Amino acid sequence: MKSTLLVGALLTAMTATSALGQAIKLADVAELSGGGATVGTNWKNGIDLAIEEINAKGGVLGRKLEVTHADSQSNPGVARAQVQKALDAEPYVLLGPGYSGSVKVTAPLAAEAGIAQIMGGEAAELTQAGNKFLFRTSFGQQSSMPKVAKYIHDEMKAKTVAVVWVNNDFGRGGRDVVVKELDRLGSKVVADLSTEAGQADFAADVGKIKAANPDAVFVYLNEEESARILKELKRQGVTAPLMGETTLIGQKVIELAGDAAKGARGHVGLTTDAPVDLIKAFREKFSKKYNYVPDHNGLKGYLAVYMVKATTEKMGKVDSKKFADTLHGLTIKAADEPGILMDVTFSDTGDIDRQSFLVEVVEGKQVVKQVLPKVK
Amino acid sequence: MSSLFDLLVAGLATGAIYALVAVGFTLLWQTSQTINFAQGEFVMLPAFLMLAAMHAGAPFWLAIILGILLSMILLGLAFKLLLVDPMMRHGVLPLAIATMALAIGIKESVKQFFSAEASPFPSIAPTGDISILGHAVSLQSIGVLVVAILAVFGLTALLNRTSLGHQMQAAAQNPTVARIIGVPVERMILLTFLINAFLVALASLLITPIYLAKFSSGEVLGQAAFIAAIVGGFNQVRGAIAGGLLIGVLDNLAAAYVSTQYRAAVPMIFLIAVILFRPQGLLGRAEERTV
Repeated sequence: MKSTLLVGALLTAMTATSALGQAIKLADVAELSGGGATVGTNWKNGIDLAIEEINAKGGVLGRKLEVTHADSQSNPGVARAQVQKALDAEPYVLLGPGYSGSVKVTAPLAAEAGIAQIMGGEAAELTQAGNKFLFRTSFGQQSSMPKVAKYIHDEMKAKTVAVVWVNNDFGRGGRDVVVKELDRLGSKVVADLSTEAGQADFAADVGKIKAANPDAVFVYLNEEESARILKELKRQGVTAPLMGETTLIGQKVIELAGDAAKGARGHVGLTTDAPVDLIKAFREKFSKKYNYVPDHNGLKGYLAVYMVKATTEKMGKVDSKKFADTLHGLTIKAADEPGILMDVTFSDTGDIDRQSFLVEVVEGKQVVKQVLPKVK
Repeated sequence: MSSLFDLLVAGLATGAIYALVAVGFTLLWQTSQTINFAQGEFVMLPAFLMLAAMHAGAPFWLAIILGILLSMILLGLAFKLLLVDPMMRHGVLPLAIATMALAIGIKESVKQFFSAEASPFPSIAPTGDISILGHAVSLQSIGVLVVAILAVFGLTALLNRTSLGHQMQAAAQNPTVARIIGVPVERMILLTFLINAFLVALASLLITPIYLAKFSSGEVLGQAAFIAAIVGGFNQVRGAIAGGLLIGVLDNLAAAYVSTQYRAAVPMIFLIAVILFRPQGLLGRAEERTV
C-alpha cells in the first residue's frame, strides 16, 4: 500500500514538473547534404551552440530549448517536404532553410500554419511578397545594395560606374537595386554588363569596361566567376577601384584570383573577422567546440536562436501566434542580449537593419577597413 | 577602336589555344578515324596532373614536365592501346561513343579524387603589359600567342619538312600503300596520339591560368575546338589552325557586339552556315566516299 502511494506521488510530481519545465520546441530544416552542405552545417552548428549556451544559463523564461534538425539535401522540393513534416509537429518557431530557393517554396507553408520562420536566404524578393511570418538573419539585397551604392558615391567619389552582374535571380536582384541607388545618388552607370553563370572567358566584358573607362567597377558575380574576372581585369590593366559584395572578396575568391584580388573592396553583412568583441568571442567558442572557423552562416544560425530568446522574453510568455507580431519593429540591443552580437532592428517586412563592414583584400586576406552604421 | 584591338588580341590568344586542341582533333581523325569527344577533358586533365605534382612538392617547372610526360602516357599511349585499338574493330561510331563515356569518366574522377571546386593555377607568362602600336597588351596574352604559334609552326615543320612527317602523312593518306613502301604505319599512328597528348597538355598549361582548374572546364573547350576543326576543315591541319583563331575572335566579338547571352550561339550559327555552304570546311578538301 505504502509503495503504491509512493509511486503515485512520484508520478504526480513528475507530471507536474514536466508541465512546468516543458521544453520549447524549435524545428530546423537546413542544407545538411548536397551542394549547400557547408552553408547548412555552419547554420546547424551555430544553432546548437546557441541552444547549449542558453540552456546552460537556465533556458528561456525558465524553459529549456530543444531543436530537431532535418536535411533539405539542398533541394527545394525536399525542403518543402521536410518543412511540412516539421510544421506538423507544431514547433514554436521554424529555423531555416539557408538557400533562397528553398525559402521561397517553404515560406507559404509556415505562413499558413501561422508559425514564424527565421531563415538564412538573402534574395531581395523573399520579404517583398507580403509574408508576415518570415524573418531574415542577414541583409537582403535591398538592405545591402544601398550601402554599397552610398560607399561607391561618397567614399570612392565615383561619378561613373561599370556594373557587371551574373544573369540569374541573385545577380539581377542585386543589379536592379544598386543601379537604382547609384542613379538616385547621381553616379552614372556607364556600362551595365550581364554575364552568364559558369562563364569562363571575361575578355570581352573587361574590354567593354576598359572602353567605358569608369571611376569604379561594381562586380556582382558568383565566387569562381569573380575570380576569373579579377584575373582578366588585371590582365587587361584595368586600374579603376573594384567594389563588390561578399562574393567578390570571399576567402575562396582570394585563393583563386591570387594577386588579382589585391585591393578589391566589398560590403559584408556578417563576418567572423569583424572588429566586434562579441563576434570575436563567438568565433572563439565556435572554433573550440567544432574545431574549425565558422563562416557567416554559423553566425546566422547562432543569431536565429537568440532572436527567438529575445522576442520570447519581450513577450514574457511562449506564444507562437504572437511571436511574429512581436518581432516586427523590434530592436534588440547587444547590451541587453549579448547573444545578438550587434544591435539589430527588424522591419515590418522581416528585413533587418544592422551595422555592417567594408572589407578590403590586403596581402591575401580580408581586412575590415570601415564599420558602416545602421541605415536608420 | 582600342576596344576592338583589345578584343582581337584576346580573341587571337584564346583562338590559338582552340587551334592547338583542334589540330589534335584533325590529327587523330586523319590517322586513325578517331573522333575524340573527350578532347576537352584531355585539356582539363593535364592541369590537374601538374597540380598533383606541385602538391607532392615538385617545383612548377618540374610539375610541367611531369604533367606533359604523364599526359603523353595516359592520354596518348594508354588511350590508344586500351580504348581506341579494341574499339576501332567495331567501327567509328562505337569508338566515338566510347570517347564520350571516357569524357564522363575523366570528369567524374577529377571531381571525386581532386575537388568539385575550382583551383588556382600559376601562369607561365609574367604579369604586366607591353605597348604595341600605342596599345597596352598584356604579356600573358602575348605569351599564350607565342607559345601556341611556336607549337603550331613546329608541328607543321615536322609534318612537311621531315622524313618522319612525310611517313606520318603517308600513313594517314593511304595506309595500305604506306605499308607496302615500308612505312611503319602503326608506329606513325601511335606518334600522332602522342603528339595530340602533347598539344592538349600545352593547351592546358596555357588556358588553365585564365579559366581556372575545374573538372568541368573541358566542356567549353572541347566544344569550341570541335567547331573550330569542322569550320576550318576536319582533314587539314592548317584548317584547324585557321578555324581555332577564327572561332576565338568570333566568340569575343560576339560577346562584345552582339550579347553575352548569345555569344555561344554565334559560332554555332557560323558552324551551320559552313556545313550548309562549304561542308568540307573553309580550308578543307572535299572527300569522296567509296562504297
